[in-house]
Amino acid sequence: MLYVQGANGAGKTTLLKIISGVLRADSGEVLWNGLNIHESLEDYRSIMAYINHQQAQKDELSVLENLEITLSISGIFEQKALLQDALNLVGLSQYHLRPFRTLSQGQKRRLSMARLVVDKTRPLWILDEPFNALDKAGIHLLEGFMQSHIDAGGMVVLTSHLEPNFSQKSLKVLRLNQ
Amino acid sequence: MKTLKILKALFGRELKLIFRNQSDLFTTFFFFIIVCSLFPFGVKPSSELLPQIGPGMIWISALLASTVSNARFLLSDFNDGSLEQIFLAPIPSTLIIYVKVFVQWLTTGFPLLIVAPILSLQFGLKYQEIMVLMISLVIGTPLLTLIGALGSALTLGGRGGGGLVAILVLPLYIPVLIFGVGSVLSYSSGISPETSFLVLSAILVFALVFLPYAIALSIKLALE
Repeated sequence: MLYVQGANGAGKTTLLKIISGVLRADSGEVLWNGLNIHESLEDYRSIMAYINHQQAQKDELSVLENLEITLSISGIFEQKALLQDALNLVGLSQYHLRPFRTLSQGQKRRLSMARLVVDKTRPLWILDEPFNALDKAGIHLLEGFMQSHIDAGGMVVLTSHLEPNFSQKSLKVLRLNQ
Repeated sequence: MKTLKILKALFGRELKLIFRNQSDLFTTFFFFIIVCSLFPFGVKPSSELLPQIGPGMIWISALLASTVSNARFLLSDFNDGSLEQIFLAPIPSTLIIYVKVFVQWLTTGFPLLIVAPILSLQFGLKYQEIMVLMISLVIGTPLLTLIGALGSALTLGGRGGGGLVAILVLPLYIPVLIFGVGSVLSYSSGISPETSFLVLSAILVFALVFLPYAIALSIKLALE
């Protein structure tokens, strides 16, 4: 787990955009298994999940529809029951038919976590400020998801203003200075 | 196989969103009908003049209707971050554009094709002239959608929004307009409209091959 910290404007989001391949670095390259990610971008995109501070969900669609669409566009096709389980897990069980716009900020965040719960095929999670707008229980839940992802051999790159609350042996903190 | 499934999911998403926002769908449609119906009031309603200007008026209304819908194309997906997530899908981004542009044409260009013959009657066009006009619109409306999509991709992230798209895109419509209207006019004066159709089709083929790539590229620039 790479825990990126830094002041506002230090370049945390830019770094994550470069790692996820949205942005090309001015110099240097991002390697995955020794290959430049821009050479096999489609393969790289199927092994990583990039979630930034934008919700990337549609107000007009229901919570369940949003989850289903987000997953299917990223190449994951699952049964509705499994998606419902994921929603239960993140505490949105009664909200699955509600339009996305009626959710609170924290609930919207929880929905983007649900995506990570369902999709077990991506070893690399790139999360920009995942704890924003979450309540204490939500933060605790997400930390649990990340820890079990790490324990299962996965990788997480994240930015946050909170102090890292993970087991030390798999944690690396990167402090960006301007 | 997986690529196809993702594209199908994207297609479903686009349709679903458009049918949840039906006001958008009907705005373009009724804009076209109203603009078309206004022209006869603005000129001398004589049975000689109207058939002459009819094809041009219908084409210009189609251009204007298309600029109305272009302004919204991509914008909401860009603002809420879903365009970025769609571009992170493990498929070539040009394919994404083909799906999005096709749905855009299906919901803004295609409805115009349905009402255009009825509106042509307002201008007193003859049956054969209406047929020629329809063929030119069938080839031409996908072109309008493609060029409009490029305009809206280029203005993503900038200020100015819809007005800027219109200024950028309307001049690019000129060749389409010339050959679209030209086909009907030449038919009316006894010349075969085939040349105009061929030129229009050539522009369409060219646009179908190159514009989606250019659109994808300018979206990527906007996302950076």
